[in-house]
Formats: sequence, structure tokens, C-alpha cells
Amino acid sequence: MRRRDFELPEREVTPEALFLRRRDFLRATAAVSLVAAGCLPGEEGEAKSRTPAGEPLAGVTPAPAGPFRATEEATSWEAATGYNNFYEFGTDKEDPAENAGSLRTKPWSVAIEGEVAKPGSVPLETLLAPHPLEERIYRLRCVEAWSMVIPWVGIPLAALLARFEPTSRAKYVAFETLHDPEQMPGQRRRILDWPYREGLRMDEAMHPLTILAVGMYGRVLPNQNGAPLRLMVPWKYGFKSIKSIVKIRLQEAQPATTWNQELPREYGFFANVNPDVDHPRWSQARERRIGEFSKRPTLFLNGYAEQVASLYRGMDLRRYY
Amino acid sequence: MLESKPARRRAHLALIGLALLPLAGLALGAARGSLGANPVETITHVTGEWALRLLLLTLVVTPLRRMTGWAFLAPWRRSLGLLAFGYATLHFATFLALDLGFDLSFLGEEVLERPYVTLGFSALVLLTPLALTSTRGWQRRLGRRWVTLHRLVYVAAGLAVLHFVWLVKADLAEPLAYAAVLVVLLAARWWR
Repeated sequence: MRRRDFELPEREVTPEALFLRRRDFLRATAAVSLVAAGCLPGEEGEAKSRTPAGEPLAGVTPAPAGPFRATEEATSWEAATGYNNFYEFGTDKEDPAENAGSLRTKPWSVAIEGEVAKPGSVPLETLLAPHPLEERIYRLRCVEAWSMVIPWVGIPLAALLARFEPTSRAKYVAFETLHDPEQMPGQRRRILDWPYREGLRMDEAMHPLTILAVGMYGRVLPNQNGAPLRLMVPWKYGFKSIKSIVKIRLQEAQPATTWNQELPREYGFFANVNPDVDHPRWSQARERRIGEFSKRPTLFLNGYAEQVASLYRGMDLRRYY
Repeated sequence: MLESKPARRRAHLALIGLALLPLAGLALGAARGSLGANPVETITHVTGEWALRLLLLTLVVTPLRRMTGWAFLAPWRRSLGLLAFGYATLHFATFLALDLGFDLSFLGEEVLERPYVTLGFSALVLLTPLALTSTRGWQRRLGRRWVTLHRLVYVAAGLAVLHFVWLVKADLAEPLAYAAVLVVLLAARWWR
């Protein structure tokens, strides 16, 4: 039987760490045993079909007007769920919608590790329970020079991290996607160095614009969009917003990130949207908004400069691309 | 194999018809709005892919003709070459019109600064005189020099494959498959 990343801390961590509340512990135990059950052979089959539209999410508060709520027309659901970069399910844009049915998002646990006072492996429901769900309408700019506008449903990453009490040595947050070639057929070939890894500097992670999304368009996140839990950092190129997260690690050193390791000259750690700093192979000055024919100019920090430019004051953005 | 003249003619026309199917598919898709979330990208990819495939098929004709002795294949080479040039032209026109909005200063910048654009553009530039001199008249007028000139097709094919290799993000499997086909075809020519 395959053991997955998030099962290990369950045994290693001191029981107190998981005893956030007695009921949480019970639920966590139940979740882990269900995961174990799901790993048993003979359980394939049902999930092979195209992922259906997500269930509607209840109790979602719309974000207040302003940067949290882009006023541009949202991309169509069909485009946003049918045109994806999620190499774990294939490298063509249509592959994730076609293949992501094999991902099992229930049960799901996330390991919170490293420089936190209260580490632990937490079932997704427990992780999300204390946080009200908010809708955020953000521009999404892919490094490939196309863009969308998507109404996400999620929670601020800052509020979630605070619960685990980051220590003073927590300077960066590292994220990891699930690694399971059974569920993610794209991982059967070494296209990237699996599992997919991403990271943020602590001030970026704690910024109010940064969210963990669990839904879009008022519905549960479809698998091809990174279910059940993904990052969304709207002023950075899309590849920073890691999908299907199983591990969040706070640490002192800058984490290694997948595309940066793969092609360091082309994809930096920061990956801030910047029309003046071209990708070595193509221009970043303009972008095609999905649904439109001609290209439009790309905005500095994807139009969120007023909110986040101060994070990079004094930094040479050509060097720290 | 294809003994009668009309049968050969029909086979040749069928080949041309087949090669035009992807174009018909694009036209139909555009009319029905079924080219996906990013139709411009679909058109760019399909025209580029078929330009490259047909260019490589063009290079198959002569080795195949020599191996089999089927002299009737000779005119197929010109048809395939012209079809490849047609797709390459559409590929470039899509880029110029829909990516660059007919802005020629953007074009200059892209051709000079983006190696993958430089490579693809050079391939098209090299194919242009070949397309223009593909007629019997030009063949006669240029004589021996025609053969030398038309060797440029190998350079163009090499540039086209490199153009593809250069723009892929992580998974090189597909462009490298085309590169392998080209290497085999070049080897087939050099061996004789």
C-alpha cells in the first residue's frame, strides 16, 4: 500500500500538536483511515469521467468593492474549467479537464510543518472550519501571455497561517502538490521534478490579497482547477498559484520552486507580473484575455501595484524576476 | 501500383484533398465557434503543425520514389511543398494579424529579439522563393541552379523543427519526434 506525504506527520508529530480540539483529532483519525482505505487496490473506476461542475457552495460572502473585486467581465465557466495548465494531468490545455477525474479530493489532509508553534496534519474540513468563505474576483495572468478573470471562493492565507502560530524564524512559506501518479497520470512521466513545489516570502503570504481557494463561480473547485485547495496570488504569474496542496511548510530559507529549478533563467522565484521584464523567449508586454481576439497591454503587478508594489520597494525587478 | 494514368491522377487529388482537411476543420470550427477557449492559439497551433508535417512529407517523396521506382510520385512533391507553404503562410498571417495586430514595428521587434520567431520567420522566408519557382517554367529557366536552390527546403525544415523545439515549455517529446523524423529523412538522402 502506498503511503502519502500527509500521512507521515500523523505518526511523527506529538499528540498534543494534533489535539487542537478533541473532535478535530477524532475527525483527523477518521480521515486518515479513510485515505488508507482509498489506497487499497480495486478502488479505481468511478472517477474516470469528465469532472462535473462543482456543487454550489453555501455561505459565501462577496468581497467588498475595490482590489478584491475586479470589475472586468468574468471569464466563462467553460473556458476557466476547460483551458488549464495542470501538468499533473497532461501538458495540453484540454488535458486537465479530460483527466482530472482520477483525483480523489475526499478525504484530504494538509500537513502544516516547520517554523510553527502548532504543526500537524489537518483534515481539510478542520483546516477551513473557522474561516468564513469569501468571494474574490481576481485577474489571472499566465506566464504564457494569456489571462482570465475568475471569481474565486476562499480564505485569506494570512488568517489560516496565524492559527498555526508561525515562529520568528518563519521567513518563507513552501507549498507542495500531491504526488501520486495513480491519481495524477501526468506524474508518470518526468516532465517536471514532481511533486510540484511553490513558495512565497512571508510578507507575500500574509498579504490580504493572497488567498487559499476552495471554489470558483460560487461552486466547489473542479479538480482541473486545483481541487480541493489551491493558492491564488493575483499579482504573480499563474504558475505561482500552486494547486491541490498537501503540504504547507514555514521555513527560514527561500524554498526551491519547481519551474525555477527547471529553467532558472526563465522562471524566477518572485514571478511578479511585469510587462517590462520579458520572458527570455517571449514578450510579457501584452496578453490575450481569454474570450478576446486581439491582445491587450499587461499591467504592472497585474493591476495590483497600488496594493503590493511596496513589498518590492528597492528591489531590482529585472534581477529578481 | 496505380498503373493507369487516371488512377494516379485521382490518388494525387485525394492526397491534396486530405491535406486540406485540417484547414476545412479550422474553417468549420471557426464558423461554429468550436475552436476552444483560445481559438487564436488553436489556429496558430494547427496551421503550424500541418506546415511542419507537410514539409516533412515533402521530403519523404524523393527517397520513396527512389526506393520504389514510382516515377509518378514526382509531382506529389510539388503539391505537398506548396501545401506546406500555404499552411506556413496562414500560420504567419495568424501571428501577424491576431497576435501583433498588423503592427509591423512589433513584427520587427519579435523577429529580431525572439529566437523562436526568428527561426520560424526564416523558414518561411526560405520557402517563399521555392514556392514562387515551383512551376515548370521556372524549373526550365533555372536548369541546374533550380536543383541547388530547392535544396533550401532542407534548411527550412531544420529551421521549422528548431522553431518548435524553442517554444516548448517543458515537454520536448513532440518537437523531438519531428526532429527525429527529419534526421532520418536527411540520412536517407545523404546515404545515396
